[in-house]
Amino acid sequence: MGSRPNSGRVGPLWTIFFRFGPPRWSEYVVKNWSGQRLVIAVPYLWLLIFFLVPFLIVLKISFAEFSPLGRPPYEPVFRWLEEGALQIKLLVGSYSYLFNEPLYVSSWIYSIKVAAVSTVLCLMLGYPMSYAIARSTPTYRNVFLMLVILPFWTSFLLRVYAWIGLLKTDGVINNVLQFFGIIDEPLAMMNTSFAVYIGIVYSYLPFMILPLYSNLEKHDLTLLEAAQDLGAGPIRSFMRITLPLSVPGIVAGSLLVFIPAVGEYVIPSLLGRTDQLMIAKLLSDEFFLNRDWPKASAVAIVMLLLLVVPIMIFQHFQNKELAANKK
Amino acid sequence: MKSHGWFSKTILGLGFFFLYVPILSMVFYSFNNSRLVTVWDKANSPTLKWYGKLIGDSQVLSAAWLSIQVASMTATGAVILGTLAGLVLSRFGPFKGRALLQGLTTAPLVMPEVITGLSMLLLFVSLEQLFKTMFGWQFDRGVVTITIAHITFTMAYVTVVVQSRLSSFDDSLEEAALDLGARPPQVFFRITVPLILPAILSGWLLAFTLSWDDLVVTQFVSGPGSNTLPMVIFSRVRLGVSPVVNALATIMVLIVALGVIFSAIFMRRQEQRRKREEQMAAAG
Repeated sequence: MGSRPNSGRVGPLWTIFFRFGPPRWSEYVVKNWSGQRLVIAVPYLWLLIFFLVPFLIVLKISFAEFSPLGRPPYEPVFRWLEEGALQIKLLVGSYSYLFNEPLYVSSWIYSIKVAAVSTVLCLMLGYPMSYAIARSTPTYRNVFLMLVILPFWTSFLLRVYAWIGLLKTDGVINNVLQFFGIIDEPLAMMNTSFAVYIGIVYSYLPFMILPLYSNLEKHDLTLLEAAQDLGAGPIRSFMRITLPLSVPGIVAGSLLVFIPAVGEYVIPSLLGRTDQLMIAKLLSDEFFLNRDWPKASAVAIVMLLLLVVPIMIFQHFQNKELAANKK
Repeated sequence: MKSHGWFSKTILGLGFFFLYVPILSMVFYSFNNSRLVTVWDKANSPTLKWYGKLIGDSQVLSAAWLSIQVASMTATGAVILGTLAGLVLSRFGPFKGRALLQGLTTAPLVMPEVITGLSMLLLFVSLEQLFKTMFGWQFDRGVVTITIAHITFTMAYVTVVVQSRLSSFDDSLEEAALDLGARPPQVFFRITVPLILPAILSGWLLAFTLSWDDLVVTQFVSGPGSNTLPMVIFSRVRLGVSPVVNALATIMVLIVALGVIFSAIFMRRQEQRRKREEQMAAAG
């Protein structure tokens, strides 16, 4: 960082004496300070050991054979045979099971469907909210933003739990609707896909609003004025100017909702259907109930492969955002 | 809010209604005498009965204590590692493996929790076996493994917060200090840390909250006997609503609300003091 226009490569200490003008100590220290390596190494090693290596272990176990004891040691994937040849033993049984077993196939489709629908719903509520916040006066803006973030600081688990009280047969919503005579029979809302959508939209709404807000807030409003002067109505100028400009915010917010929603565990466990599981629940059951570690690992790997494209798109936008802040 | 006033007001009203009604309903029904929670018992409510039950609930209390311990250790560890990572990413320029580090710090933000949990557990199991065969030493899963797992996924949040704070101002102050002869560690503690202190504090609080709240990763990496508060809550609410959980939720909401109010007052005071000082500096 801190690009200095006329800075050449700094050699060892004695080269300073051959330079004209005051020596750039800062450059020397930053580039040759031995502690720099250590500062890089500490977080790096931590993430390698506790984030990257675990994935390699998951990958390895996903190719192993199911042992009824449920515990490793599994047979090593690589083995040197006596002739010096390398034997690689990969069992793809767990994987082929995932794509052929109807239970798994339907649960993959269902998870993606739930995540997609929730993301769209979240966008439909989050976009107008972010827009309204970004266009309100600065004082209100801060209050509104705080109100959006505040629920995030209270327990996620408890906020999902709160919906049980609202949605169940003798819950708050049914009581209110019956009190006003809008319905005669209580609606069955608990343990439905509808309840899961509500739960996901509710829990992830701040993740949709914040990136959208920070995008919408930056828009140059004179563009809209110009459009108005040229005769465009509010809808037209929104469609032609605001919406295209906010695409990065829409993408970031949607991915922040979609990616974790595919692997959501708590919300469907508390509010969702009991006859149709989402993939995270299946993974956890496979692991804890069936003690089938290879299959659970294979589920994790496939989920990861499924999400790798969205995750990379998200990182791309995230980095662009950080780079844009810098300017 | 002039040109599209009614629309803004309606959508914000609806949105905040949606965000706050569940929380408020939890608070409201925590004072209900009925065990059915959402069926208001007119005769005997409001009551503090469930708060009394909560205070006597040793399972909840010991779980809460464990969660506080884990969350504060996690937050501290995550702040140290996350600040270093943020510093490295925004100040150390291009170095070998920077892209990988950037990837490793942002990936946990969006990683589904079940995957993180499973992979951490498999790592700990492998380490257990490794230690057993190599040193004959048996370690048990519990507070330590939970804390390590929590640090790993919360440090990403701290990194992002610190990194965006660091990139919001340039390094001229740090460079000036270096030019004046300060050693890099000195520069870090006397210049960089005070500048990014708000980010560090909010990173700590964020990491604390995420750890305090985590259920899925914890369920994977915890051992027998180490039940955190979310695990206890989850096992109770699985079977439906529980009035004691409502009382607990109310207390937690109250703490968060108080914290937010106090920090808002504190920040306003800071802001006013800064403005006064600026004015005095301008006048004098």
